[in-house]
Amino acid sequence: MSPTRLLVAVLADPQAAPALGPGAWQDVLTVARAELLIGSLAHRLHGLALPPAVRAILDDARTSAEHGRVQALWEAEMARRALVTLGVPVVLLKGTAFVAAGLAAGQGRSIGDLDILVPRDALDAVEAALLAAGWEWVKPDPYDHLYYRRWMHELPPLTHPERDRMIDVHHTILPLTARPTPDATALIADSVALENGLRVPSPADMIVHAAAHLFADGDLAGGLRNLWDIDRLVREHAGDAEFPAALAASARRHNLIPHVARALRLSAPIYATPMEGLPIGRARWADRLYARRLLARDGWGRETRPALRLAFYIRSHWIRMPPLLLARHLWTKFRRGQRGTTSSDRAS
Amino acid sequence: MRHAFSVRIGPVGFRVGSAWPQPIAAMRRLYAGYPPPRDGIADFTVRLEPTRPWRRWLRPSAMVRGDFTLPDAAPLPLAQGLLAAEMGMNLQMALGARRWLLLHASCVERDGRALLMSGHSGAGKSTLSALLGERGWRLLGDEFALLDPASGVIHPFPRPVSLKNEAIAVMAAEVAADRLGPLIPGTPKGDIRHLRPAADALARMDEPATPAMLLFPRFGASADVRPMGAIETFVRLTQASTNYVVLGEAGFAALTGLVRGVPAMAIDYPDTAAAIDLVERLWAETAR
Repeated sequence: MSPTRLLVAVLADPQAAPALGPGAWQDVLTVARAELLIGSLAHRLHGLALPPAVRAILDDARTSAEHGRVQALWEAEMARRALVTLGVPVVLLKGTAFVAAGLAAGQGRSIGDLDILVPRDALDAVEAALLAAGWEWVKPDPYDHLYYRRWMHELPPLTHPERDRMIDVHHTILPLTARPTPDATALIADSVALENGLRVPSPADMIVHAAAHLFADGDLAGGLRNLWDIDRLVREHAGDAEFPAALAASARRHNLIPHVARALRLSAPIYATPMEGLPIGRARWADRLYARRLLARDGWGRETRPALRLAFYIRSHWIRMPPLLLARHLWTKFRRGQRGTTSSDRAS
Repeated sequence: MRHAFSVRIGPVGFRVGSAWPQPIAAMRRLYAGYPPPRDGIADFTVRLEPTRPWRRWLRPSAMVRGDFTLPDAAPLPLAQGLLAAEMGMNLQMALGARRWLLLHASCVERDGRALLMSGHSGAGKSTLSALLGERGWRLLGDEFALLDPASGVIHPFPRPVSLKNEAIAVMAAEVAADRLGPLIPGTPKGDIRHLRPAADALARMDEPATPAMLLFPRFGASADVRPMGAIETFVRLTQASTNYVVLGEAGFAALTGLVRGVPAMAIDYPDTAAAIDLVERLWAETAR
């Protein structure tokens, strides 16, 4: 079995772990690190009889993940304090939402930036409040700012220099240039309040957002982790008879029916996610390409299948922007690159 | 990868893969006598690979990657492949280690008690620990001291000592030639040559030691000793640690425990002979 297949098999069924030999363990641990799944793996395998060397590595991963969890919650609290006087709803997204809501998807999850969603008409006030509370722009480049504000679903990234943490302030969950148009207003209206006043998306919206993030907003880098989020979120509601209908309704509302269906169709064979009653659509030929791309890594942690990766990279631009706009953007970026202007490609 | 080598250094297992045979061959010679990783499973993976496929043959240069990678790291020429592997291993420790508080310090042991020496690069702590390692002390490590947060002991991490510039001749006069790696000229830090620690440092790499004294050596001025207060020591060690912040409360407890437990001094020394004398005198007078 290939190293990535082995990793997903062990994540799906921890009972397969004690039978692994040293070479297989080395592969699984290396791939898990590269895919940012080592913390999730450590949680899944906790308490099993494992070789001491493996246990030590996974214990480290749990320590790291716990530290990351505390740090993510603290960053959310810092944002809450900065924004509380505005009286606008602040919805936590992705990893921070999972740990704040105490979901299985948050166990051991690596969390990078703080992602929040606020109403679009509150964006200027939120921006001003964050700047007043010490956040700073990461990219001072005027083209990048113009680009973000005109076409993206979020403010240009802000960072807090004292804590060295980034915040992405979203007003919707996909770029404005992308073809599907999610209903950000509904997402905020349906969100659930936490004790501290911050909010998280409804259970169905969390899955829809994860699917949108996976298939409509990038080249599937880190996709195995995003798909793991989806598996955990689906299982969280596996016993709830109402949930499949709620998920289907949410996918429809946000114009993301095919994305959610594909996420479920991939999650089932990769993570053995239970699918009863869920809107999985009909199997597509391209599903296999997606699966192959998600699993494209070797036991040394190196990316494999360069042609497939490139194809998905090109696709990521194609689906986020109409061709003419994309050409103009790449031309501007190219010209600025020629002039030696520093400008990362995070926006593109 | 096509060429690979695995090794255990104290409690840490490494696996190094390379697109070229030369760095791996150099590692096998330098690490002669080291054990393999526990259970056959390394804690960290390091990869030496070309930046672009054709750079494997054309002006070959090794990019250092692995479990933990610095995004803006520059590749090294293949002739410095051994150095690249060593840097890769250091990087994994600095960015990935969570079991211990990592102090950028050299460390030697006598009678089960450890002497830690911390300081900026070029302060001479590597040379000093290498010399002490040949003069009745056991070398625990010249780069990182691994402080155990639970027990407060120092775990040995006896990597080959990275000798730089003048230190190379000093140590070449002291040890058998087969313990020295190849001379690597023209690195960003000048000439580098690695020294395999003495046999007992390898044989006893699973035997921890209790910290007894902390020194902050500085090369250049005339011999001098200045006792350091707990606060200054604490702050300097937070700066000398690569994972103090990520360990959170456990890191704070480990470091305050160390600082409260052992005497700390800044020492100046004009030459290595004077430094050795100074260390021996202070050890006899103050080490707890």
